[in-house]
Amino acid sequence: MQVLISIVSLGVFCLLAEIFNLRKLLVPITVIGLLAILGISLNLWSTDNSLDTQFSSMIATTKFSSAFSTLFILLTIFLIAMSDDFYKDHQAKFSDFIAIKLFLLTGAIAMVSFTNLAMFFLGIEVLSISVYILAASERLDVKSNEAGMKYFLLGSFASGLILFGICLVYGATGYFDMGEIYDLSQGVGLPVWYPIGVALIIIGMLFKIAAAPFHFWAPDVYEGSPTLTTATMSTLVKVAAIATLYKLVSGFSVVLSLKVENIIVVISILSMTIGNIMALRQKNVKRMLAFSGISHAGFMLMAFLNIATAANNLLYYTFAYALAGISAFAVIIMVTKNKDNENIDNFNGLGKANPLMAAVLTASLLSMAGIPIFSGFFAKFMLFSDTMKVGYIIVVIAGVINSIISIGYYFKLVLAMYTKDFDNNEYKPTNYYTYGVVAVLSIVINIVIGIYPSLVTQLLK
Amino acid sequence: MNITTLLILLLAGAIVTLISGDKLASRVALLFSLVAFGFSLNLLFQFNQGTDISFVSNWIDNPKVAFALKADGLSMAMVLLTTALTPLIILSSFGNNFNNSKNFYALVLLMSFAMIGTFLAADGLLYYVFWELALIPIYFIALIWGNGDAEERKKAVVKFFIYTLAGSLFMLVGFAYLYSKAGSFLLEDLYKLELSDNEQFWIFFAFFLAYAIKIPIIPFHTWQAKVYQKAPTVGTMLLSGIMLKMGLYSVIRWQLPIAPNAAKEYMPILIGLSIAGVVYGSIVALRQKDLKKLLAYSSLAHVGLIAAGCYTLTVDGLNGAVYQMIAHGFVIVGLFFAAEVIFRRFETRKIKELGGIRSQASGFTSMFMILVLASVALPGTYNFVGEFTVLYSLSQVNLWFALIGGTTIILGAYYMLRMFQHTMLGETNTKVFAEVSLNETIVFVVIIGFLLFFGLYPKPINDLVNPAIKEILAVINR
Repeated sequence: MQVLISIVSLGVFCLLAEIFNLRKLLVPITVIGLLAILGISLNLWSTDNSLDTQFSSMIATTKFSSAFSTLFILLTIFLIAMSDDFYKDHQAKFSDFIAIKLFLLTGAIAMVSFTNLAMFFLGIEVLSISVYILAASERLDVKSNEAGMKYFLLGSFASGLILFGICLVYGATGYFDMGEIYDLSQGVGLPVWYPIGVALIIIGMLFKIAAAPFHFWAPDVYEGSPTLTTATMSTLVKVAAIATLYKLVSGFSVVLSLKVENIIVVISILSMTIGNIMALRQKNVKRMLAFSGISHAGFMLMAFLNIATAANNLLYYTFAYALAGISAFAVIIMVTKNKDNENIDNFNGLGKANPLMAAVLTASLLSMAGIPIFSGFFAKFMLFSDTMKVGYIIVVIAGVINSIISIGYYFKLVLAMYTKDFDNNEYKPTNYYTYGVVAVLSIVINIVIGIYPSLVTQLLK
Repeated sequence: MNITTLLILLLAGAIVTLISGDKLASRVALLFSLVAFGFSLNLLFQFNQGTDISFVSNWIDNPKVAFALKADGLSMAMVLLTTALTPLIILSSFGNNFNNSKNFYALVLLMSFAMIGTFLAADGLLYYVFWELALIPIYFIALIWGNGDAEERKKAVVKFFIYTLAGSLFMLVGFAYLYSKAGSFLLEDLYKLELSDNEQFWIFFAFFLAYAIKIPIIPFHTWQAKVYQKAPTVGTMLLSGIMLKMGLYSVIRWQLPIAPNAAKEYMPILIGLSIAGVVYGSIVALRQKDLKKLLAYSSLAHVGLIAAGCYTLTVDGLNGAVYQMIAHGFVIVGLFFAAEVIFRRFETRKIKELGGIRSQASGFTSMFMILVLASVALPGTYNFVGEFTVLYSLSQVNLWFALIGGTTIILGAYYMLRMFQHTMLGETNTKVFAEVSLNETIVFVVIIGFLLFFGLYPKPINDLVNPAIKEILAVINR
């Protein structure tokens, strides 16, 4: 709770900063503030008070929530560090954007630490509304408007489903409190609208993580939104949603029935395959990463098949995926900042023009593809290994085949960077210092947890 | 002192090369590879004295993975092959001017690091990490510094990458399954597993995909010739000299002992496939017009014979396979280097456009001749020892295998000597062919010296490899 309160106050401070004319110092102040909050969060690590009666059992700090909050804060630091250059042309709204990112973080943290469904809904709405605004933040750009509108319409539909689901669950059990619901779900005799309600909530969450067949919004929204927003959506938002999904699923019942597991198998395989096959055909890098994100959602869903180890595997996978995503997007922003589109041609010859950034992008793509030494490999391996333990070899085989397919489009970018020459001489290597630092830092963390996976897997012990 | 130091040395070498700048890079890389070679000789000395140079430490708790490196005769032989060939390969490239040479030589050392890791790893997942890691440097070496049309090269290299990655991912699934059974990735624990015949079949098959693509065994060879042709000669040497030995080594170290029953049951098919590669490679090599492609197919034939030797599951077969791996490693590096020497002077690899070099460069011609004869396994060269042992083991299994496998010698002699005749003999070429330089001579002399010395006195290698092979066979026949 302390973490939540301090982030909100930091956000309010950002809004006020406009008055005191602190715009130039805003990013450093926010980053330092977030680092301090990261410290608080780490300090609260050992206190595993699953029931925090102080706040009428709305929220609890557990190891699970602390671990994911750490990741979220880390990602937000990276995203805000990049804002300074990115919003150069939007000086008037600068502090608003920073504040919205902080509120987004608040929503994300509320989503992983709730103990009450009302708090869960509050979290997801705070997060979603922030993302709607960020998606449409390029006010004069038609595409950005379209993205914001699409995301808002479909997103509010999903929110409606979730809310309806919560109502049904409340009607069935008489509680919003997760603990009480959990106890009741152990017994028999819950009315039929209890599973219906749970299903509706889960469908709403599947929409948020963009798993097939609820993925249709993702490519358009990712492509249209300003690139930094796309980076936010594909890392922070996706990771927060998948963690919440785990918290919900494990909160509603301790073992999944065979029927539910079969549905997860289908959705997981479907997401992986659709995402990967569609990604192969994309020319626009943001669109390609949107589809790759869909396939990663499929991989992450695989973790739910072995619910006993799911928390650990998800935490590691999200660390690996989000850090690789941040560094990839940092380079993408750097390259395509002043271009009309984000087509792969823009990356031609980057290997010669800016070898370091090309290497970072290559490394992050290799991590997403799951090549060893990068953490993406262990993330996938742990999933495969634990899924195999519970006997779902078919999903593992599908995952392996999809990993092979994914090489096809990740390497399209790598090939463009190293084998093609840039088409014209007006290539200006936009040397934005912060992008470089963010990209390098996040890929370094990625590699470090790739070499010492225990750093992350120990967190939940 | 243990073997980790060798790995650290090569990794440090790669980093130092990267920061040493383009001018110094090649020399720094050579220095580090020579030091690594000296160091591995020292390790061999310690190993022969019975000092324990293995290294085990915990790496990841969950899943339980250990950083385990184990040296026995087999892996020491392969490590020495790698550390001996790496300086030769680096020295052989001194005549080339690469752009960005610091990256190039750093990648070469990184690859050498990963391959040595593969040969030493005694933990399944660690082994897999090294195995995949070796793929990344060669991908960039072939892609960026290769020759020929960029589009075509790109296709060939990407095909190679996707093929090998696809194969190894199935191996990873195999390891995941083994882990769920054994609860550990350690080689000794995996050796102890009692798998049912059905399980063994699937594990064997998953591993087979990875190795058959890497080695390559027919029908998984389609990536090979194009990549060998398009890669820079250094890349081709690394691929053919050392990297494909990773596949063969893994067959002996991992595939056969973990799934012995499957290996026994499918022995005729496996040997049949390998021998088919021998015949196919030899016949296709007959028709090649490009020097590098011809060598690529001859390599396919020789490697097929080595694989056949591995799958006989006899002492002689496995021993012979290891001898032949070492011999083939040296001779193929020498032959590709000869092709490169010709290319440096004539700017062509088309056999038709060559000829008449002998009268201009007799020294080079003699050295090339010895290499050609070694590659067709003339008695007195180390290749003879290897090839003969393998053929003998094949005849123990079935005489027909030996007879058909023996065509590699007959056909090999035919296409290699014909190639030699067309490239070196004939009327004096109008173009000027400068005699080999000192650097080039050193490479040739070292390779030829090695092949002749051990051809006449193979005992040291036999003594090194034999006990390890016997140990592995004991596991296979448990």
